[in-house]
Amino acid sequence: MFDNLSSRLEDIVTKIRGKGRLTEADVDEVMKEIRTALLEADVNVTVVRSVCNRIREHAIGATRSKALDPGQQVVKAVNDELTRALGGETLKITYASKPPTVVLMAGLQGSGKTTASAKLAAWFKAQGRQPLMVGADLQRPAAVEQLRTLGRQIDVPVFSDPEDPVLTAADGLEEAKRLGRDVVIVDTAGRLSIDAEMMEQVRLISGAVDPHYTFLVIDAMTGQDAVQTAEAFHATLQIDGVIMSKLDGDARGGAALSVKEVIGRPIAFASTGEKLTEFEQFHPDRMAGRILGMGDMLTLIEQAEQAFDEEQAEAAASKLMEGQFTLDDFLEQMQALKKMGPLSGVLGMMPGMPKELKGAKIDDDDLKPIEAIIRSMTAEERAVPTIINGSRRARIAAGSGTQVSDVNRLVKQFADMQKMMKKMGMMGKPGKKGKKGKGGLGALKGLPGGLDLDGDAPDLPGLPGMPNMPGMPRR
Amino acid sequence: MGIEVLFLILAVIVVAFGIGVVVVNRRRAGSARPPQRPTARPDAPPPRPGGTLVEERPDTDAAVEAPPEVVEAPLSLRDRLAKARSTFAGAIAGVLGRTGITEESFEDLEEALLRADVGVGIATELIDGLREKVRNKEVTEPQELLDALAAEMTERLAGADRTLHFEPGDPGSPNVWMFVGVNGVGKTTTIGKLTKHEVDRGRTVLLAAGDTFRAAAAEQLTTWAERAGVEIVRGAEGADPSSVIFDGIERAAARDVDLVMADTAGRLHTKSNLMEELRKVRRVAEKGAGRVTETLLVIDATTGQNGLTQAREFREATDVTGVVLTKLDGSAKGGIVFAIETELGIPVKLVGVGESLGDLVDFDPNEFVSALFEH
Repeated sequence: MFDNLSSRLEDIVTKIRGKGRLTEADVDEVMKEIRTALLEADVNVTVVRSVCNRIREHAIGATRSKALDPGQQVVKAVNDELTRALGGETLKITYASKPPTVVLMAGLQGSGKTTASAKLAAWFKAQGRQPLMVGADLQRPAAVEQLRTLGRQIDVPVFSDPEDPVLTAADGLEEAKRLGRDVVIVDTAGRLSIDAEMMEQVRLISGAVDPHYTFLVIDAMTGQDAVQTAEAFHATLQIDGVIMSKLDGDARGGAALSVKEVIGRPIAFASTGEKLTEFEQFHPDRMAGRILGMGDMLTLIEQAEQAFDEEQAEAAASKLMEGQFTLDDFLEQMQALKKMGPLSGVLGMMPGMPKELKGAKIDDDDLKPIEAIIRSMTAEERAVPTIINGSRRARIAAGSGTQVSDVNRLVKQFADMQKMMKKMGMMGKPGKKGKKGKGGLGALKGLPGGLDLDGDAPDLPGLPGMPNMPGMPRR
Repeated sequence: MGIEVLFLILAVIVVAFGIGVVVVNRRRAGSARPPQRPTARPDAPPPRPGGTLVEERPDTDAAVEAPPEVVEAPLSLRDRLAKARSTFAGAIAGVLGRTGITEESFEDLEEALLRADVGVGIATELIDGLREKVRNKEVTEPQELLDALAAEMTERLAGADRTLHFEPGDPGSPNVWMFVGVNGVGKTTTIGKLTKHEVDRGRTVLLAAGDTFRAAAAEQLTTWAERAGVEIVRGAEGADPSSVIFDGIERAAARDVDLVMADTAGRLHTKSNLMEELRKVRRVAEKGAGRVTETLLVIDATTGQNGLTQAREFREATDVTGVVLTKLDGSAKGGIVFAIETELGIPVKLVGVGESLGDLVDFDPNEFVSALFEH
């Protein structure tokens, strides 16, 4: 979602990383590029200015200090500023001691309020709550009908009364009490922030239901106007949090950065797909890393913990370091990896992935031939691929529906990788991940080099290692 | 070393190795096309064959007989946009408040352009052009600087053909105007307003409810059809949009209707399966009796720099012939259209400036630019 911004910043960061000294001219150059990258990501002009000023201060400080790696300090400053701008903590929902907890949804036309209302209801349901949705959008034709249809899909009741939006909201709250529902989500009509009459209406709705949470729904593709809209709604309604919709496109999410900075309210939820379940709480602290292309390690770790079997993984890892990693182990780990969700998602969270790999549009289906080839091998062949000769190759290719050359390549690449992992296992004693980028994980740097040893893909970029993996627990 | 780190190493290795193999293989395969993605939405119910319902309108002439609603004297685009506080107001005050043209004057204007979502690239070009003029002494006074900028911006939007194409042809061969765009930009509303407009000028119109995905989208369009007194063809929820639109065109042809307005479901331009579906809709719309004479991309004025990518992707999939810029009556300025027009050459044809029926007007570059400079 923030891919474009990431890759821009990544380029900038790569340029300065590892520079022994930074001059002020270097800093000016870098700041210009950072500014452009942020503006192209639709970060608000005012926010860009303040963020850039702060980064610049740090950066100039870094040029003056005799620190070893000023480039690294600039990277850190960018990271800190982005994290700060996005807001640190995930918004925690606390439920009213006297139910129902009332949630009011507001926003411009077409920002996705109705869909977000249903997704939020589904989320509350998943938390074990019993929501009721109230359709107070009597403006747009068939808006209530849309809410009812969505309500049926997630099995959540919908209340509406075609007379008056304010009355509907108030009656909806009564209805929830009567039915014993403990969360009420009030969907309102889209309105422009400069439409005084409509803003007054939503203020009245808010007054009638006295919401515990008022969420502003903002389209992730919004440009500079996001800030004006947020300010206007905040002035009228006291926004508690923002729901970013359509975050699954390729918008660079600058609006997300700006809104938090300007109204001081966090992004609470993000809508990440068309399905009603594709909706999650927003973790601002993790997003900065993702923007910087440093990956989202915490989420990756969480998902990995669920997907991998601890003992198996540990065994596989030690085999790997000793160069004993077999195709069978590989297959096993690949299965586990699949549980972590679509590959493209996993890839996006990985730090330092070269752009070319990220942009390769890898489908999970693309891995199937690899799996088929391995599955067409005998146990012996999987353990010692070197025994695979011409006739075995032909058999495997026929069995997996691939070409002999495909089998060849896989075997060769696997051998190369094995060689390299062995080397790495010897040089970087895992466990002493003391110095950034050196030994241990850093040694992964050479990894994909092994992938193109056969010279067919000379420009396949290597994993540029994982210097200073953010968010990595130090143990 | 923590166990998490082990997991990660494994994950990285597996991903890197697997993907490396895939990428290398793709290179070898040369320009072999990627596998065709299924065009059906994974979570949509399977299309029901022949599930197209046609809502009959008892009297198709009702549209003609219905007295046209009294449309208030049309305000100019400029008047309507002036409602919102001008983004340029501060910058203009800043520029005019100085005795000469200084570095700050340029900075003020650049910032104003950026706030209007014009984009860094075009803002830089415009400002560089102004600097050049100042250097050559073509421009010396602050007011001249503003005029020069306005002139340059208008110039960039000049010369495009902004008419909506309608080819009067044989009866039984309707024109088809297709509407595409991302979710929530106002496609259905735009169709509603434009239908009324076309009916008022004496054309017979039929609506095809090609948004079979969003809940109640067809109901929303039906409301508009009733308001304009025209016929609508709709399918079951989850039906194949191509077939709904095809049926609409066939029906229009059978009844000698002049124009079919085809609605499509909003979709993010990054969803390749949905874009493929749209490509098919566009293709199928040409298969029958009709001719697609306009494919209009609807863009929301609040859209930021992503709008350019949207326009590029939709043009690639459906041969977009024009842009409808909606919601321009809010505080957003829609500056992204400069990039869309200049970089992609897609003209803005219509502007949405309000919620009532008469609030869809022709785009006029002069008014659009001067509204920005209103103060």
